[in-house]
Amino acid sequence: MKNIKIKADNLNVHYGEKQALFDVSMYMEEKQVTALIGPSGCGKSTFIRCLNRMNDVINICKVQGKIEIDGNDIYAPDMQVEQLRERVGMVFQKPNPFPKSIFENVAYGPRIHGIAEHKSDLEEIVVNSLKKAALFDEVKDRLYDAGTGLSGGQQQRLCIARAISVNPDIILMDEPCSALDPIATARIEELMADLKTEYTIIIVTHSMQQAARVSSRTGFFHLGKLVEVDKTETIFSNPSDQRTQDYITGRFG
Amino acid sequence: MGFILISLIILIGITSYFLGNLRAKNLRTSNQKNLKSLSHYYGYYVALWALVPALLILLMITSFKSFFIEQYVLSDFIALGSYTETELSLLFTQIENTALGIKLFDENTILIDGAVNKLNYINKTIENLTYVTVLGLSGLLVLYSLFNINNKLNSRKIVEKFLLVLYFTCSLVAIMTTVGIIFSLLYETLRFFSQVPIADFLFGLNWSPQRVFVREAGDLDTRDLANAFGAVPLFAGTFLIALIAMCVSVPVGLLTAIYMSEYASPKVRDWAKPIIEILAGIPTVVYGFFAALTVAPLVRDIGQGAGLTVSSESALAAGFVMGIMIIPFISSLSDDVIKSVPQSLREGSYAMGATKRETIVKVLLPAALPGIVGSFLLAVSRAIGETMIVVMAAGLNAKLTANPLDAATTITTQIVVILIGDQEFDSPKTQSAFALGLTLFVVTLALNFIALQVVKKYTERYD
Repeated sequence: MKNIKIKADNLNVHYGEKQALFDVSMYMEEKQVTALIGPSGCGKSTFIRCLNRMNDVINICKVQGKIEIDGNDIYAPDMQVEQLRERVGMVFQKPNPFPKSIFENVAYGPRIHGIAEHKSDLEEIVVNSLKKAALFDEVKDRLYDAGTGLSGGQQQRLCIARAISVNPDIILMDEPCSALDPIATARIEELMADLKTEYTIIIVTHSMQQAARVSSRTGFFHLGKLVEVDKTETIFSNPSDQRTQDYITGRFG
Repeated sequence: MGFILISLIILIGITSYFLGNLRAKNLRTSNQKNLKSLSHYYGYYVALWALVPALLILLMITSFKSFFIEQYVLSDFIALGSYTETELSLLFTQIENTALGIKLFDENTILIDGAVNKLNYINKTIENLTYVTVLGLSGLLVLYSLFNINNKLNSRKIVEKFLLVLYFTCSLVAIMTTVGIIFSLLYETLRFFSQVPIADFLFGLNWSPQRVFVREAGDLDTRDLANAFGAVPLFAGTFLIALIAMCVSVPVGLLTAIYMSEYASPKVRDWAKPIIEILAGIPTVVYGFFAALTVAPLVRDIGQGAGLTVSSESALAAGFVMGIMIIPFISSLSDDVIKSVPQSLREGSYAMGATKRETIVKVLLPAALPGIVGSFLLAVSRAIGETMIVVMAAGLNAKLTANPLDAATTITTQIVVILIGDQEFDSPKTQSAFALGLTLFVVTLALNFIALQVVKKYTERYD
């Protein structure tokens, strides 16, 4: 068994009066891809946004329970959210490059966290990040063009490059391919296979095929509850819960 | 007569609506005719025929009536050939007064009495004719259009077409007004520049239009006149005061906008935003006496306390109050622009571990910059065009200075000064106001144009 990177314990999340997550407990293994599947509104995005405390931005959101990364409680009072997010990168559903140049998009994180001391260090980080995100060859001649001018798939890879520029341990991906065409999706999936040698990846996806292709473990969420989490083969071939069975065979959701 | 006649026409209009409606309904039920539109559209159709031509004719008659009457009444005097145009128009006023029973002069009594009779007669005749023409036309057209209702007529389309013409006419009113203003400005400005060279106006350093009177007294020649209309001190004063206003409003407005869009809770926002926007609704004359009676003395006292010479009317006081006035232009527009930056960019920045301040400075403001600059430009054009505050608080003395503690004057102030009280319209002093107005117009138009372009460019960005 691999090392456990993230551990969630009895996680309950409320948006105002409405409870979005009920007693979710699961762990995620280091340098593996964990997929979270389930129908819309099932709480999988809420869960992933707890892992880098993106829910803090929403005033009415209340998180109870415990999430540990490498054994440290990320909701502890002395936890610096900015440092947490440096370690836990995130890629969103819709590509959201900043309206800056490709270079500046990737340099954003290193600049904020003071990672690069000299300009040459910064350039090295940007080039390496773009290479790791399999984007460098396509944009090497126009690093100073606007990042918003790229195609959707390129924009999403730019966002991945941006996320890995600060050398995080974990990358959260919230439906990263739902706005992309099948070819761009295939490229991102290939990329994930490369990235998991260095990073722990958590991916929320609507596509069960995608979960089956990229992940080693899969969790199935339904109505705010974690119904089942297991090895991906087990979930898709021999699930223990009837609801999982119904979902993966397309009976609902 | 106008009121009764118009009431009658409207009455015909309303009646004809019901007639048209009724006739369409009757046709539908009795003849089994398949009409193209709903019956009330035929009501509108008939009513339009009843109203529009009659009102247009009435408008034409009223516009040309007075000219015609004057010609007719004065025909005897014109035939004499010994009166100038001005005398004729004075005579006509005299005749009108006599007709009303006011008798001031005793000369020409026979001729004037005759003319008074003519005036009464022509007035009565034209009134009767107007009644007959307008009402007759209206009635005839109602009959015509009533009989015109049949299954080939699509009244719905005709009503739509009429509305189209109406909308077009209304928008034309605004456009034609603008064009008219531009041309009258241009005309007077050109007359001004025929007396004062344009280069002297644009680059001259001395503004003292009162010299025109001195010249008329015969003491100065034209070269001195040219030297009296150098507008540079006014441009400089306008620029100085606008600059002070922007120094106040840009930081305050922008920080307000950032607070409102990124930090304020919805509750605070709900009550604070309208209050800030009230600033824009305060009449400028109120700002004016606030500036003149409160801020200017305060500036003077503080300045004197610091050992500086401050005049009691200072550019600083006027600029400061003007800056307060235009805060809402900047804060409100910039607030909207910052708020419209997509939430996904904020999340992207937060997810990189950026703090709120870093997100605002490094992502939101750059993304919103064109819109923010647009709001600055709109505020500048407002500051340049502002009149009341500077008239009351900045002084009237056109001297070329960059010292904000000194009195300064602006283009708008000088226009006010020139056009207050009696003036001759062919004096270069009066015409200089038009030249100043045109300059102001061109500058603000250019600023507005640039601002709108900048904002437009911004809005296309996220679509």
